[in-house]
Amino acid sequence: MRFTLRIWRQRDRDDTGAMVSYPVDHVSPDMSFLEMLDVLNEELVRRGEEPVAFDHDCREGICGACGMMINGMAHGPQRATTACQLSMRHFADGDTITVEPWRARPFGVIKDLVVDRSAFDRIIASGGYVSVPAGSAPDAHALPVSTSSAEASFEAAVCIGCGACVAACPNGSAMLFTAAKATHLGLLPQGQPERYVRAAEMVRTHDELGFGGCTSMGECTAVCPKSIPLDVISRLNRDLLHGQP
Amino acid sequence: MAVTGAVLLVFVVTHMLANLKIFVGATALDGYGRWLHSLAEPALGHDGFVWIARVVLLLCVALHITAAVQLTRRAHRARPFRYRHRRPVLGGYAARTMRWGGVVIALFVVYHVLDMTVGVLNPNGIAGQDYRDITASFGRWYAAAFTMIAVLALGPHIRHGLCGALRSLGVPIGRGRRVVDAVAIGVAVTVTAGFLSVPLAVLTGMVR
Ligand code: SF4
Ligand code: FES
Repeated sequence: MRFTLRIWRQRDRDDTGAMVSYPVDHVSPDMSFLEMLDVLNEELVRRGEEPVAFDHDCREGICGACGMMINGMAHGPQRATTACQLSMRHFADGDTITVEPWRARPFGVIKDLVVDRSAFDRIIASGGYVSVPAGSAPDAHALPVSTSSAEASFEAAVCIGCGACVAACPNGSAMLFTAAKATHLGLLPQGQPERYVRAAEMVRTHDELGFGGCTSMGECTAVCPKSIPLDVISRLNRDLLHGQP
Repeated sequence: MAVTGAVLLVFVVTHMLANLKIFVGATALDGYGRWLHSLAEPALGHDGFVWIARVVLLLCVALHITAAVQLTRRAHRARPFRYRHRRPVLGGYAARTMRWGGVVIALFVVYHVLDMTVGVLNPNGIAGQDYRDITASFGRWYAAAFTMIAVLALGPHIRHGLCGALRSLGVPIGRGRRVVDAVAIGVAVTVTAGFLSVPLAVLTGMVR
């Protein structure tokens, strides 16, 4: 397969950046989107040009490092799939594919397609944790958890922190991520002591970092590679209201 | 947003139901108007209730618009660089038209108050003659058309607004989401149909 790629190139944080077109050939339909970019980068290196920088690590859809806007969709056209798991057979031979970095003010572009997602770490640091007494390991069954809580909690806990929700949100809101991280803890007994403070603190940090406000557009859940439902935002709002004096 | 929206929704539903009195006849409609103006008269005096309602509604509209402007400005600040290529994945019509639909509704409300309440833009424009005001106003096709456009903008606004408001209050979770969605669509369709019926009835000569 062959493609024309229109990729955002930006040397560093201060560069203004621009879209650059590259032809790429000898792509197998079984390659992932990132492998296709590897093919392009090998060619660029051979020609003595700067390869396209993009984030990646596990390449099996579990680490959340990869992520880019592919034809205007976060992680590309395949639902519930990260860019590293997206295979080229979902594109037609000869397609022109536009590739851009996540766009949000709290996510500055570092280089090409790599963005700084440390804003997510700041949200986590402000409340996405539980305090437990250290010491010997507790008994496995000491804390009963109902199946429904365990399932709802796990549904939120699968968030890999990729940032696609922010990238896709017309408001540039990180509410799906924040809510996933707050509620997976709030549904378990270990998360109870800090539950309402956690919700309030994480939302406060989210807002301070310059993310937009949620207006229930639902774009986030549509592009989320882990299909986190909007339910987590309802749960977060419930905790927020409950925590209010 | 949710609280002011809820107050406005209660008003809109009541207003829609009251409008349907036009199908009963001029006496019923004008009688309802007189009753509304005399509501709680012994305590509040004539028009007292109506003025309280007006102030509350105006306050809600102001707060509702303020919140909307704040959210819009936050959204612009959160994404100063736009995507070169953008395709909405889900982007329901209702969700995407909240802002411009809201502007259309706000403009209509201003016109509508000048037309039906103040009366300066009404060909009849006589206080207490609600029935004749309505038929005179909607007798002009452009007034009826503007009303219907605004009502058609209101439907999706209510639908998305109701879903969003309930989410702000933490309601829809799991299967509840479908129920909320169905209720929101039901309310939106009922309100839209109710409001559309009056200008349509005048235009088609059913009510004259
Ligand atoms: S909620 Fe989904 S889209 Fe957002 S960071 Fe987590 S996994 Fe990525
Ligand atoms: S590289 Fe780890 S999720 Fe894509």
